[in-house]
Amino acid sequence: MGFFLETLFGGLMSGMLYSLVALGFVLIYKASGVFNFAQGAMVLFAALAMARFYEWIPRWLGLDSKLLANLLAFGAAVGVMMAVAWLIERLCLRHLVNQPHITLLMATLGVSYFLEGFGQLLFGSDIYKIDVGMPKDPVIVLDRLFQGGLLINQEDLYAALIAAALVAALTLFFQKTATGRALRAVADDHQAAQSIGIPLGRIWIIVWSVAGFVALVAGVIWGSKLGVQFSLSLIALKALPVVILGGLTSVPGAIVGGLIIGVGEKLSEIYIGPMLGGGIEIWFAYVLALVFLLVRPQGLFGEKIIDRV
Amino acid sequence: MALERKIGDVVLDVRGISLAFGGVKALTDISFDVREHEIRAIIGPNGAGKSSMLNCINGVYMPQHGEIAFRGRSFNHMNSRQVAEMGLARTFQNLALFKGMSVLDNIMAGRNLKMKCNLFQQAIRWGAAEREECAQREQVERIIDFLEIEPYRKTPVGRLSYGLQKRVDLGRALAMEPTLLLLDEPMAGMNVEEKQDMSRFILDLNDEFGTTIVLIEHDMGVVMDISDRVVVLDYGRKIGDGSPGEVRLNPDVITAYLGTTH
Repeated sequence: MGFFLETLFGGLMSGMLYSLVALGFVLIYKASGVFNFAQGAMVLFAALAMARFYEWIPRWLGLDSKLLANLLAFGAAVGVMMAVAWLIERLCLRHLVNQPHITLLMATLGVSYFLEGFGQLLFGSDIYKIDVGMPKDPVIVLDRLFQGGLLINQEDLYAALIAAALVAALTLFFQKTATGRALRAVADDHQAAQSIGIPLGRIWIIVWSVAGFVALVAGVIWGSKLGVQFSLSLIALKALPVVILGGLTSVPGAIVGGLIIGVGEKLSEIYIGPMLGGGIEIWFAYVLALVFLLVRPQGLFGEKIIDRV
Repeated sequence: MALERKIGDVVLDVRGISLAFGGVKALTDISFDVREHEIRAIIGPNGAGKSSMLNCINGVYMPQHGEIAFRGRSFNHMNSRQVAEMGLARTFQNLALFKGMSVLDNIMAGRNLKMKCNLFQQAIRWGAAEREECAQREQVERIIDFLEIEPYRKTPVGRLSYGLQKRVDLGRALAMEPTLLLLDEPMAGMNVEEKQDMSRFILDLNDEFGTTIVLIEHDMGVVMDISDRVVVLDYGRKIGDGSPGEVRLNPDVITAYLGTTH
């Protein structure tokens, strides 16, 4: 039982991180109706910016406080992501208003490759580390209930808490503020939104900035676990089954989807894996998503697709 | 003559508008004006250029020639948002509502331009943002009452009947408190009862709030009953302009609608 719970917790925590990346997809999809292929590249770009500024800023300013360097680097990375959002709107989205979704999709694919290349050109292509001072040691809890207690990785725990807080804040923002309402309006219909005076351009900059911020948080957490390197942009692929499962239009869906995928992955690896020769963690998520597509194509929380005939 | 006294100066002046898509001429040299407080209809058979005309006024299309002036201010090169800021609101022929959002949210979205608080105030629900939201909500509730859609307040628009969706579309435009309201086939696809309701809303609007209305319509009958003046388009040209009675007797109009014997 203790071992099962340990696996479960491990799954929940890695699931929270998938959720974070999936959240980036959902945000942009909700606000511009476009599936943003560049989300993974944005995670990489943001993490690279953070890692490099953390090295550069102390050198430029002659600081030796780690906390201050981290804060400044984070601030600088937020600035970089906002600039990226602004540029994407200026150079790309602005010219594609009222175009079919496939056009926007191709545009984000282009943005994705550009960001990957440009990020490495700007910040270098080695493996960098991010150290935001999250405690690394595992803790043992509930040792009175189970033999040997439950081993929990503190770093994962913090990461999950950060992700949860971010998600809660974004949900409130979308549902309860006038800007959130404008964002949802733009997602539903560009032209109608413009006709009531919603400034498309500004809304897009806001939403891409928020998505950039989410990418940065995801990048920092993943980067501090695994190091910042090119493969970071591939975690976006892990988030795909999550959005399929949770529904592209639902923030809570991204969270629950992430948790299900995270837990499913870990449990299946432990309990079903040995029967299939192991390594099923890699593809389990996709199979799960596929099965889900057959049963509920709109995802768990997606808006039900009603076609009037 | 109550009607004559009610109607004021020219608010919208359309002069010599021509619009072409590639080689296809959608509009050729169209001129007409709209006076304050009047209900002005643009009618014509399918493909006559009615919606193109509306899209020019609304800033969606930019005509190649001609000029459109609103209260003396010409706006040939404005986008939809700028036009909205000037006080022009519109509804859509093929509903363009925010389907996933509730009726209330749809209409609240229409008050976007009236919201002055910035993003950060909204995010932390600072006092001013809270008060603003409440004040706007009050206005929106009045619109909901006016359109008699109280029971559907919280229903996602996608689930409402077509006729009701058309009303929400109108409500969203009204939320902008427009000085000029453009209605693109407000009665298309409605049954007789729904058409009567919609006509009543349009007349009440004009009566109670003095809103100037430009409406495009297919259905001659309804138009003749509610409009003050009518423009008739056919193949992108203006073939008639005047009171419903005059237009009805215009031989060109009769030809366009009924065809001629050759």
